[in-house]
Amino acid sequence: MIETTAPSAVSAGKTTPVISAKSLDLTFQTNDGPVHALSGVDLDIGKGEFVSFIGPSGCGKTTFLRCVAALETPTGGTLTVNGMSPDAARKARAYGYVFQAAGLYPWRTIEKNIALPLEIMGYSKAEQSERIARVLDLVELSNFGKKYPWQLSGGMQQRASIARALAFDADILLMDEPFGALDEIVRDHLNEQLLALWARTEKTIGFVTHSIPEAVYLSTKIVVMSPRPGRITDVIDSPLPKERPLDIRDTPEFLQIAHRVRDGLRAGHAYDD
Amino acid sequence: MQGGVASDMRSFLPIMTVLGVIVLIWYAAVAPMNIRGALDVAERGGADVVPPESRARFEQPVWRLMVDNPQHIAAGYALDRPRLPTPQQVGQELWKTTGEMALKGRAMSKRSLLYHGWITLQSTLWGFALGTALGMAGAIAIVYSRVVDMSLMPWAIISQTVPIVALAPMIIVLSSQVGIEGRGVPKAIISAYLCYFPVLVGMVKGLRSPASAQLDLLKTYSASSLQGFLKLRLPASMPYFFTSLKIGIAAALVGTIVGELPTGAISGLGARILIGDQFGTPLAIWAALFAAAILAGALVTLLDLMQRVTLRRMGMQA
Repeated sequence: MIETTAPSAVSAGKTTPVISAKSLDLTFQTNDGPVHALSGVDLDIGKGEFVSFIGPSGCGKTTFLRCVAALETPTGGTLTVNGMSPDAARKARAYGYVFQAAGLYPWRTIEKNIALPLEIMGYSKAEQSERIARVLDLVELSNFGKKYPWQLSGGMQQRASIARALAFDADILLMDEPFGALDEIVRDHLNEQLLALWARTEKTIGFVTHSIPEAVYLSTKIVVMSPRPGRITDVIDSPLPKERPLDIRDTPEFLQIAHRVRDGLRAGHAYDD
Repeated sequence: MQGGVASDMRSFLPIMTVLGVIVLIWYAAVAPMNIRGALDVAERGGADVVPPESRARFEQPVWRLMVDNPQHIAAGYALDRPRLPTPQQVGQELWKTTGEMALKGRAMSKRSLLYHGWITLQSTLWGFALGTALGMAGAIAIVYSRVVDMSLMPWAIISQTVPIVALAPMIIVLSSQVGIEGRGVPKAIISAYLCYFPVLVGMVKGLRSPASAQLDLLKTYSASSLQGFLKLRLPASMPYFFTSLKIGIAAALVGTIVGELPTGAISGLGARILIGDQFGTPLAIWAALFAAAILAGALVTLLDLMQRVTLRRMGMQA
């Protein structure tokens, strides 16, 4: 395991990690016996990092993200978000969450969908419309605010759901296979847009994916996971520059990282199913 | 919106075809159903019929009578007290007891089906309002409380297995015991009893329709359960709500008519059906039956229109 930031993170001068997990465990009790969704997960994510979680089904990548979001409760170890418990961090609106399905409300226009978290959090009407305009611009949907979700393509719907997660200015963006259901071309385009958005907003992003090229293209740090029990098998700090045109995917550096990710996945795979 | 009109046009032809087939079968059925009556009338008029005595004819199957007396089949289509009236006769009776009386300014006369329909409609609407409110309240309790889910749902299902015809007289007796005058309230209670169940079941389904990711999303906003109800569960349940209302109002009307049937009521469409039976006037029964069907159709259509308008205004494709 290569972990460069963690040991010195607490020392003076360095910023403390935004998300910090220490020997995190999560065991689900099912009728077929206990399922070890996460086992001994140690991970520090620094401010402004773009961290991808990659691994086969059941490796715990989504579960880890859900723990950070306080949608699941770990059964062991410690987990802090912005130095707080995940629950407290959620109440402090530390993160926006993007699900695999856009999950827009069909009875609300795109604007009104983005207004949803703002209404719940009690923003004034004026502030709502100011924020809606800003995030719609960020995801390049400014002309679509009055449309209903069914009038938009799948890719546009997912951009709207990203805008919704950005609307209340959380520093952390958690994305659970947001582009998994989209075709290759649309996905490339959204990946480019997401990098641009990340550069503009300097968010810390946790991104779950099945796709090696997507993980390598987007991330500053790639976390390779394996199942039974769900654990981290490799953490790769990407040497790629922040500026990444799509054709960076043909460079030797890119292919080298992709190769290492693939090796990590292969090593962790049990081949028993 | 154009889709709606086009689909209305598309469904028009099939509906008319089915209607045409039903009318054809009906007309064809009138001959065997009324042959005995037609032969009785012909016998009294001195015409030759085979066999000549009513008692002997009773032993014969209707098909045999039709084969033996082909010249009297036509008379079965114009009897005063037909066993099965023709659609035309029913239509005439219906007009006589509604439109014609209204034109004469006697729409609210005791002989007018408009009067009886109005009595039935009132009870139906009260029962519908009560049943819908109960069904909604029950559904909300079931969705938000596991205890209620496990305790109330089985009783709700059992309640619908009790024959309403057996329950109706008891409800009327009990409500007069506690000093409720007239039939309006007990009829509405019977109506609500039939109506709340489809609303309950439909709304439970509707309120539970949001996907778990949508509920998780609200959790990430730390939304309260009231916010979750108002912003997600309630709007998501709207298509189910209207479907439930349409089934509910039809059930409420059936409930009211059942409440009027075995209970000695003298007004309402159910009472007309019972009185028609007692006085041997099948035309009156059929006219009341059709009035009830038309009323049900009108109520369901009204709710259907409300559904389309509401869902369209909500931006959901109806």
